[in-house]
Amino acid sequence: MKKIKWFSMMMIGGLVLSACAAPATPPSTPTVTPTAGPVTLMVMTHDSFAAGEAVIAEFERQNNVKLSFLKSGDAGAVVNRAILSKDTPLADVLYGVDNAFLSRALDAGIFEQYNSPQLAAISSEFKLDPQNRALPVDFGDVCINYDKAYFDQKKLQVPQSLEDLEKPEYKGLLVVENPATSSPGLAFLLATVAHFGQQGYLDYWKALRSNDVAVVNGWEIAYYTNFSGSSGKGAQPMVVSYNTSPAAEVVFATQPIDSSPTASINGPDTCFRQIEFVGILKGTHQRALAEKFIDYMLDVSFQQDMPLQMYVYPVNPKAGLPEVFQKYAQLPSQPARLDPDQIAKNRDAWIQAWNGVVLK
Amino acid sequence: MSLAGVSEPSSRNSSSNRALWLWLIPLIFLAVFFFYPLAAVFRMAGSISLVKAGQTSAWGQVAQPLAFTLWQAVLSTGLTLLLGLPAAFIFARFSFPLKNLLRVLVTLPFILPTVVVAVGFNALLGPHGLVNSTLMSAFNLQEAPLKVMNTLAAILLAHIFYNTSVVIRVVGSSWTQLDPRLEQAGRVLGASPWRVLSEVTLPLLLPAILAATLLVFLFDFTSFGVILLLGGPRFATLEVAIYTQALEMLNLPLAGLLSAVQLGCTLLMVVIYTRLSSKQAVPLMPRLQGEGTRKTGGRLETMLVFGMVAVLFILLISPLVALVLRSVTILAAGQGAAHGPAISLDYYHELFVNRRQSFFYVPPIQAVKNSLQYALLTVVISLSMGLLVIYALRPQRRLNRSLDAFIMLPLGTSAVTLGLGYLLVFNRPPLDVRTFPWLIPIAHSLVALPFVVRALQPTLCSIPQSLRQAAAVLGASSLRVWYEVDLPILTRAALVSAIFAFTISLGEFGATSFLARPEYPTLPVAIYRYLSQPGELNYGQALAMSTILLLVCSLCIFLIEKISREG
Repeated sequence: MKKIKWFSMMMIGGLVLSACAAPATPPSTPTVTPTAGPVTLMVMTHDSFAAGEAVIAEFERQNNVKLSFLKSGDAGAVVNRAILSKDTPLADVLYGVDNAFLSRALDAGIFEQYNSPQLAAISSEFKLDPQNRALPVDFGDVCINYDKAYFDQKKLQVPQSLEDLEKPEYKGLLVVENPATSSPGLAFLLATVAHFGQQGYLDYWKALRSNDVAVVNGWEIAYYTNFSGSSGKGAQPMVVSYNTSPAAEVVFATQPIDSSPTASINGPDTCFRQIEFVGILKGTHQRALAEKFIDYMLDVSFQQDMPLQMYVYPVNPKAGLPEVFQKYAQLPSQPARLDPDQIAKNRDAWIQAWNGVVLK
Repeated sequence: MSLAGVSEPSSRNSSSNRALWLWLIPLIFLAVFFFYPLAAVFRMAGSISLVKAGQTSAWGQVAQPLAFTLWQAVLSTGLTLLLGLPAAFIFARFSFPLKNLLRVLVTLPFILPTVVVAVGFNALLGPHGLVNSTLMSAFNLQEAPLKVMNTLAAILLAHIFYNTSVVIRVVGSSWTQLDPRLEQAGRVLGASPWRVLSEVTLPLLLPAILAATLLVFLFDFTSFGVILLLGGPRFATLEVAIYTQALEMLNLPLAGLLSAVQLGCTLLMVVIYTRLSSKQAVPLMPRLQGEGTRKTGGRLETMLVFGMVAVLFILLISPLVALVLRSVTILAAGQGAAHGPAISLDYYHELFVNRRQSFFYVPPIQAVKNSLQYALLTVVISLSMGLLVIYALRPQRRLNRSLDAFIMLPLGTSAVTLGLGYLLVFNRPPLDVRTFPWLIPIAHSLVALPFVVRALQPTLCSIPQSLRQAAAVLGASSLRVWYEVDLPILTRAALVSAIFAFTISLGEFGATSFLARPEYPTLPVAIYRYLSQPGELNYGQALAMSTILLLVCSLCIFLIEKISREG
């Protein structure tokens, strides 16, 4: 008998607890009702978005607003979710669409035009949308990282070009991500398309395949279980990651170290430049606040906060770079680029063809 | 075996009509939180012209993942049963040292995020893992002899790792309540142990075995993370294909078609299950708990028990141990460091520091709190719904069989599809994905409900009507009959259900990442966040956070079991 009482008490206790627990999550402030107290500006973004407490708090204080973030998967997934929900937009601002998905977002008409005054300072190489519906915020390069210790011990030369990777001495040493499921994987595929052209890139991948390139589905697995230079101590000493990853390895070392265990290969066309954009979502009821937030993202204080939060480079030339970036991260002088329209038209076909050559 | 129908009360019709009312709340719940969002996705997928999907033959793109999905699910389920049934047997029939601890430990794999499992498997079976390096040094090999990662073997191993506890819990709880005198009678009458097993024990356990098989099969059938991360890009289940088509390719018609096929298959399997199990329920006098357990006698039994424990340890527990060990090990820093790996709690200390002054930093205590809140709510919601459902299901009628299938559907539904549906329909107050915190435990409850129902139903069916009639004859009101007859017998099964609901919620990542506000992440979400950036500290903190998840979960399961045993 006692047993049942215990059980019913647990159930009741659970109910009471959960009833108390629920309000612990903050009261909702619907975006549409600008009543007393701060309004909420909803920002839809990808899972890797990060920002300092200080810069967020400053914007909230200046504008008497509460910033709320909706994280919706990787860069591609965010854009697709925004497109699927465009009739009843989930947010006021979308940050995180990159040049690989830019045209899809623009064609779907999810953004409103905004000619931010901050744009004047930003180099035209980043402004890929002449109508300013999507405004550049930051950039970075997807590059191959290598395990320095491995190449030292084997007295092996570090490859300097995409072509080098076909050589027999690098057989089985590279892991890449599946372009269908990973944003750096797609970027690397685009780099090979940019370098070898639409005619030649599949032959290159055939050569990589016979040179035992390893393919996995996500960056986390590639970096932490396959790459030998990370803490996972995997099998391959080369991985498709970012040009800033070596700097992150220094910042996130357990004991202070003065050189990174990894470095990135910055040869011609071995890296692919990713530019990330922000835009005001069509149908927002907070247009004025959304504009202010975009101005703020492009201004110096936010731009200087970004590098150590997301390991990307600011587009605003007035923003200074942190010391670890200057010491341990290098910007490739000749990254591969492709026209966003061309990417939008062919991306799915390229991925399908790649799939046939590399995985089948 | 025809005892089942005999003891139905004469007032059958009125009581079964009353049972119809019990459906009301569960069906409203399913309609609002399952069918409505699902319909929205299908409507949207249907509204887009199928021409895009039709570029190549759409069926070709469905057939291939469908065939692989079925093939790996059959294999995985078979292997899981092969390990789970003997394990359930030793848990039900023998007492051995540290049994309670082992029972908690084998449940833990269930809650681990796939990324972390990949890390654990890699630490054991990877090219530089423990097994390979031992073999390489023992036999002086140049290359790693075992290549498991990114193969079908990795998928099967991971499915066994995740789902064996389902078999142990569901079948084990029935086995414990089985009257040992039936088996003893068989032995006394001269049957061999094998004959007793095949003609007495297994037929009596069949409802529980079928229920466990269905649950494991559906889990394997809709497998996502395991295929994506451990199987690698050469393998795709329907679930993986839906994810790629919906979120990466934006090919909604094809994603909708794949989802429909997946749902259809789920429905088919549930129907087969109901067919098979409808005739099997035999009411039996419930026994005292632990009555049938005994110490091992004889060398054969001792070997059996310890062999089984060893296998469980190798397959289910060693990856966990590898994780925990790695979370307290700091590898030598930099190149040419003089000292080897050191034991340290640095990763744990670091969890409490917001080094980047990040807006999204979560103190570990807060992540634990978020996770526990969601898990508790899930237990309460799914258990209350589950109790209503099993009583509603009791009268044998055709309608009930189809409704039973509806309850199981969420388990066979793509999380991506449902998540999209939530975004499409719950976008204004009061039900708003952005602000309504209950949607997460509700989504978890949808997945937990099939478990709760399958764990409770065989037990309810096994309660002999004569017990209730006796109580009623002695003057007990129907409420009192329920309280004093049904409830005590159901408690053990309810406990199993509670543990399932709790662990499902604690480990769930897909729906949570879809619906959670980033300021209130659960433990798995926090773990993913660490693993999405390079650097040793991030890696270490992810493992430390996983260890905390394991600890919190074991503590809670231990508490639930202790309360029920001693209460």
